[in-house]
Amino acid sequence: MLLIVCPYCGERPEIEFSYGGEAHLVRPKDPASLGDAEWADYLYARSNPKGVHAERWRHTHGCARFFNALRDTLSDRFLATYRIGEQRPDLA
Amino acid sequence: MPPDRAALARLPAASRFILRGKPAAVTAAGNVFGIGLPEQACRAAVAADRAALWLGPDEWLLLAPESEGAELGATLARAMAGAAHSLVDVSHRQIAIEVSGPNAEAMLNAGCPLDLDPGAFPVGMCTRTVLAKAEIVLWRTMPLCFRVEVSRSFAAYVWRLLEGASREFGPQPKRCGE
Ligand SMILES: [Zn+2]
Repeated sequence: MLLIVCPYCGERPEIEFSYGGEAHLVRPKDPASLGDAEWADYLYARSNPKGVHAERWRHTHGCARFFNALRDTLSDRFLATYRIGEQRPDLA
Repeated sequence: MPPDRAALARLPAASRFILRGKPAAVTAAGNVFGIGLPEQACRAAVAADRAALWLGPDEWLLLAPESEGAELGATLARAMAGAAHSLVDVSHRQIAIEVSGPNAEAMLNAGCPLDLDPGAFPVGMCTRTVLAKAEIVLWRTMPLCFRVEVSRSFAAYVWRLLEGASREFGPQPKRCGE
């Protein structure tokens, strides 16, 4: 079973977690001032990389907290997990 | 009589509160509850017949005897007045099942993916997790004894699942509610 390191609880089985989409997306401060294309871009356009992806996860059946993870979408390996509000770790 | 292999028992009704809050509220609550709420992840603190279980970085499950619930709720709310918090009485939302005996770990692992070896899951450790398709709170209260807190609506499912797992190890355990 794939193990994911929750930043609060430590190493836990994948089935306790749920995926929360791409991380570090910032909601526009004044949506009313955006055009349709810009708003659609915020809502729907995602980076979808082949390789390292910063994404949100939730330890739903554990501490129930959201956190961020860097995962390689090619190998499905988790490279780092970190708390909401913390800087994205530099893997280099 | 200690169980020789594996045993299931329904534990008595209890008062239960879910407390969420920042340190000011949490400290005040611990003072009147009689137990400082554990800051270490996945740990329970016990004093007399009360317990405080860490469920999340700002979330605890408080357990006390059933008869103390009403007064305890009022006392906690009074102590935390002025500090932002959420205190919810969940006494009747869930029930508690005790899983004990030398095969308790194996019984739970029939549906729970956690490593329950005492080295990885020692006495005093507690956490929300899953038991097959149900969410539970699992707490190791003694070396060979676990407390399972489960939503009322999932209780029969969890009981039968554990009962089925226990057949591998010994005689039929008692029926839920008997
Ligand atoms: Zn967690």
